[in-house]
Amino acid sequence: MTDLKEELKAKIIEQLNLEDVAIEEIADKDPLFGEGLGLDSIDALELIVMLDKDYGIKLADPKEGRAIFESVETMASYISEHRK
Amino acid sequence: MGVISAIGNNVRENYGALVAGRTGISRITHIDTVHKNDIMVGEIPTDNAKLEEQLGLPRDSWSRTALLGAIAAQEAVHQAGISDINDARTGLISGTTVGGMDKSEQYFYDYFENDRAWHHINGLHAGDSTRKIASKLGLEESFATTISTACSSAANAIMLGARMIKSGQLDRVVVGGTDSLSKFTINGFKTLMILSDTYNTPFDDKRKGLNLGEAAAYLVLESPALVEKENRTVLGYIKGFGNANDAFHQTASSDNGDGAVLAMEKALKIAGLTPDKVDYINAHGTATPNNDLSEGRAMLRIFDKKVPEFSSTKAYTGHTLAVAGAIEAIYSVLALQNNVVYPNLNFKNPMQEFELLPQTELVRKELNVVLSNSFGFGGNCTTLLFSKEV
Amino acid sequence: MNKEYRIQRYGHIRQGRISLNGIPRFESNETDFSIFIKSAYKNFDTQYPKFFKMDSLSKLALIASDVLLENENEKNIALALSNRAASLDTDRRHQKTIQDIENPFASPAVFVYTLPNICLGEISIRHRLFSENSFFIFDRFNADSLFEYANSLLANQKSEKVICGWMEFDQGKYDAFLYVVAKNGIFAHSIEEINRLYLTP
Repeated sequence: MTDLKEELKAKIIEQLNLEDVAIEEIADKDPLFGEGLGLDSIDALELIVMLDKDYGIKLADPKEGRAIFESVETMASYISEHRK
Repeated sequence: MGVISAIGNNVRENYGALVAGRTGISRITHIDTVHKNDIMVGEIPTDNAKLEEQLGLPRDSWSRTALLGAIAAQEAVHQAGISDINDARTGLISGTTVGGMDKSEQYFYDYFENDRAWHHINGLHAGDSTRKIASKLGLEESFATTISTACSSAANAIMLGARMIKSGQLDRVVVGGTDSLSKFTINGFKTLMILSDTYNTPFDDKRKGLNLGEAAAYLVLESPALVEKENRTVLGYIKGFGNANDAFHQTASSDNGDGAVLAMEKALKIAGLTPDKVDYINAHGTATPNNDLSEGRAMLRIFDKKVPEFSSTKAYTGHTLAVAGAIEAIYSVLALQNNVVYPNLNFKNPMQEFELLPQTELVRKELNVVLSNSFGFGGNCTTLLFSKEV
Repeated sequence: MNKEYRIQRYGHIRQGRISLNGIPRFESNETDFSIFIKSAYKNFDTQYPKFFKMDSLSKLALIASDVLLENENEKNIALALSNRAASLDTDRRHQKTIQDIENPFASPAVFVYTLPNICLGEISIRHRLFSENSFFIFDRFNADSLFEYANSLLANQKSEKVICGWMEFDQGKYDAFLYVVAKNGIFAHSIEEINRLYLTP
């Protein structure tokens, strides 16, 4: 689980072009959207693609993403539960 | 006016489908995409071979975007009764988003080793379809302009054309746009998760997104002096236009439709009309959750809760991207000519956020002013106002 | 229509050099565009993290408009940009992702930039401009069309000022030229002068 969280942090920084953000600066429970990392709706779509591409998880409705992408912790637990 | 779309190969067929409530939305047949079972589209049944034959072109010479554009532009010029296009200072302003993408993707793997495909790679240039249409009309290329502002491209082409006539730069201008379906846009919109897997349902609470469509549509605008000289029958007048930027997001509209409100305000101001003079709104109404909510709120802000009859024709044609502004301009002029409000197909459930009901039945009533909205990615919002009288 | 307008200032980004009214604001020997534009971003202390999510055309437009609008207070400014390649550079990237047989995943963040006018949206968001804007595709820099367009907008009181220009990015090559047309200014607003300024970075 810890490995997965670290992996996710690295991927988020890389995929979403978060310049000047280091892995250590993202806490497991930090909100990803709004305040926090300040991600937007296009970033959410990128994360949905990432779920599909890297973990084989398909979301049908972008609204499902809201709860899943709340923080690195919620993402990690969703992925470990649903990954193929 | 000239148009080719999923609901007809010319203006007459399009009008027939509109009043009959006949949709052009179907499964995709011309493009072999992995998404073919989970999307629906507004596809033009005629294949490229037929279009090329109709235009007297050799097989496999033009992109579909250019073919569709030439067919619609020819109809427009013919219908306007123009025998010599160079008898007055004439321009062509065309909007497109995909350009020649349909051909270039077909040849993507070929073009390194295969010379035959090289002319299609040149077709990637967004101005290529405009040049080809100009040549088909017998126009010099120097009078051809391409606008690329996403889904408001053709609406902006109409606005620019109207201004160039008003300022005396041109006597006549053919304005509109052309876009064909391509994997490029299908995959892109799919990844934005705004494609419906079934028939699109504008302004419905349960709307699931848009259907992409392909089309080409052109209108001929002429100066009052030329109209008088040639003794033309005028189909309608461009009474007002307005463009504004929503300055909110690359692809999404702001929650309260700020850009849309500004565009409608500007158009009404130019026309010198108060909102209550608008008889019918041909809404942008793409059936995405975001657009219909934002546009609905914008209409409520402009019309102060007395929103006139409105409908979106996207349920007939799909969202034809760069062409939307021109195809809906033609539908607006046809509405004025025939005094008819088209039904907003597939509407069942009122939206929870406000009390706005689109017109769901065909209504025949006297129309004098029609407002048409077109909003594009990049925050580009355009409103056009058409009237029966000067 | 006969009213004389003026060009207030102009800026270039070309061959590693960013200039305003011909005076260099930033220079670099870096030939790679992405490294060059990032160093410009740092140099101007831009502080706009969204910059890093943009495609090259929008990055170019953002830095160019930042330099041009540095001391500008007017918000009623229309935008009229043009280029030859449209969004071709990003179009190719998107096309590659969807034709990748092994891994056919399109990227939403790439796709949203497959329209040239997205850079107008980015400028509008950055500088809070809600005014009219348009993007034209020309074969080459076309001073005549931009001249007429700016005159028409100003004469019809569509805006107080107009930013016109050329914003081209394709396969690592870039050329940005922007100028502000207004009622007052240093330079004449004429086709000859626009062409001269375009050629003198």
